Amino acid sequence: MSTTAVELRGLVRRFGERTALQGLTVSLPAGATLAVLGRNGAGKSTLLRILATLLRPHGGEAAVLGESLPRRAFAVRARIGYIGHDPLLYRDLSARENLRYHAQLRGVSPVRIEGLLEAVGMRGRGDEPVRSLSAGMVQRLAVCRGVLHDPELLLLDEPRANLDPGASRLVEDMIGRPAGVTRVLTSHDPLEALAEADLVLGLRDGRVEFAGRADDVDPERVEELYL
Amino acid sequence: MTTVRDDPTAAASAHADGATRPRPPSSLRTARILLAKDLLLELRSLETLPAMALFSITTFVIFHFALDRTTVSGQLAAGILAGTLLFASMLAINRLFVAEREQGGFDGFLLAPVDRTALLLAKAAALFLFLVVLEVVAVPAFAVLLLGPALGARLGGIVVVLLLADVALAVIGTLVSAIAVHTRARDLIGPIVGLPLLIPALIGTARGLGSVLSAHGSHWPPGKWLAIVALYDLVFALLAYAVFDFLLED
Repeated sequence: MSTTAVELRGLVRRFGERTALQGLTVSLPAGATLAVLGRNGAGKSTLLRILATLLRPHGGEAAVLGESLPRRAFAVRARIGYIGHDPLLYRDLSARENLRYHAQLRGVSPVRIEGLLEAVGMRGRGDEPVRSLSAGMVQRLAVCRGVLHDPELLLLDEPRANLDPGASRLVEDMIGRPAGVTRVLTSHDPLEALAEADLVLGLRDGRVEFAGRADDVDPERVEELYL
Repeated sequence: MTTVRDDPTAAASAHADGATRPRPPSSLRTARILLAKDLLLELRSLETLPAMALFSITTFVIFHFALDRTTVSGQLAAGILAGTLLFASMLAINRLFVAEREQGGFDGFLLAPVDRTALLLAKAAALFLFLVVLEVVAVPAFAVLLLGPALGARLGGIVVVLLLADVALAVIGTLVSAIAVHTRARDLIGPIVGLPLLIPALIGTARGLGSVLSAHGSHWPPGKWLAIVALYDLVFALLAYAVFDFLLED
């Protein structure tokens, strides 16, 4: 089993003429948490979508859980959980129906769904269509979807967006440190992200501004990243 | 409070240190899961089928008055029926991937460790079923509003021709819809690209129906036209199978 969960060397990704990521080199040990920081448009979401196999890299090398991307993307999809800006839930289906659909696609027993709904306090509203739920409730369901298959690597793009403090606590066991899995996360609150990270990667316009241990990062450099 | 870690079912159903990772479904099973989801979504929203049925019936009424005839038969009847069903199918083709695009269904599917071609199979099957349901409503309505010869003995021939036509509409429609969904002018791409591609299938369908719907002709469509539509179905099914994966790439 690989002890490096994510290995990127000179990663490049373009969208037409615009370069979203330029020469990114990162190594994340298994079990560690990497916080990706940067202002809007810095390339955080693009990086997470590449790691989730939703986007192909245009240059450099990328390996996730020991598998090279994009060539071996099919081999890592069962092992990663992605929670992005979009909950990836059908609005006309109920919470249970959505989770059952995703469970079926991953070969996960539907029995697990009830445990997850209970954990996020949604068991009583599991039969209501997603369109009738609040943004916070939908985000709780998105977390359930992301961890349904008990992934080894969690890719969390602002996973606590729309969650109040109580709901944040509810999902802590699933996507926080107690989950005990490798994580790559972004947050609208850089200090919060730093607090739960082992490593930090600062991006500006798709390039690495700084990278290193979270304990060693100068808070002023983090602040400058957002100026 | 129960947490996920406390859940006794969690360890059994999902992996534990990679030891018992669930086996993803086969391609056919994946297609069934996707199809069931699509049918459930349509059942909940009723956005596509009622629109197709209403469009077809309205078109028959328009032809009824525009032609100033109470009945039609033969090639004219076949042309009206085949053309109306073709245009009605565009409504479904334009909406086929809407939920996937607007509600993150594409990403949800692409994140799963399943065969991507299953999406083609499921979408084509969904479109095929929509067309069959449409025809269950539209063909009797056509018989009541416009058709001269009695439907009874001709029904078998009509069903065979329409089922072959439905396969062409489903396969080509899914392919075109998958292309269109990634473009800004997606509502235009369906008709602009789809209709020319469907002309050979329309010719075969209309010719096949022409002899079935004539007042004195055979009740069974000519084998030549059935073979042409079937061959067209096969060619596009293989083409769609070959290129569909690439259409899902970013």
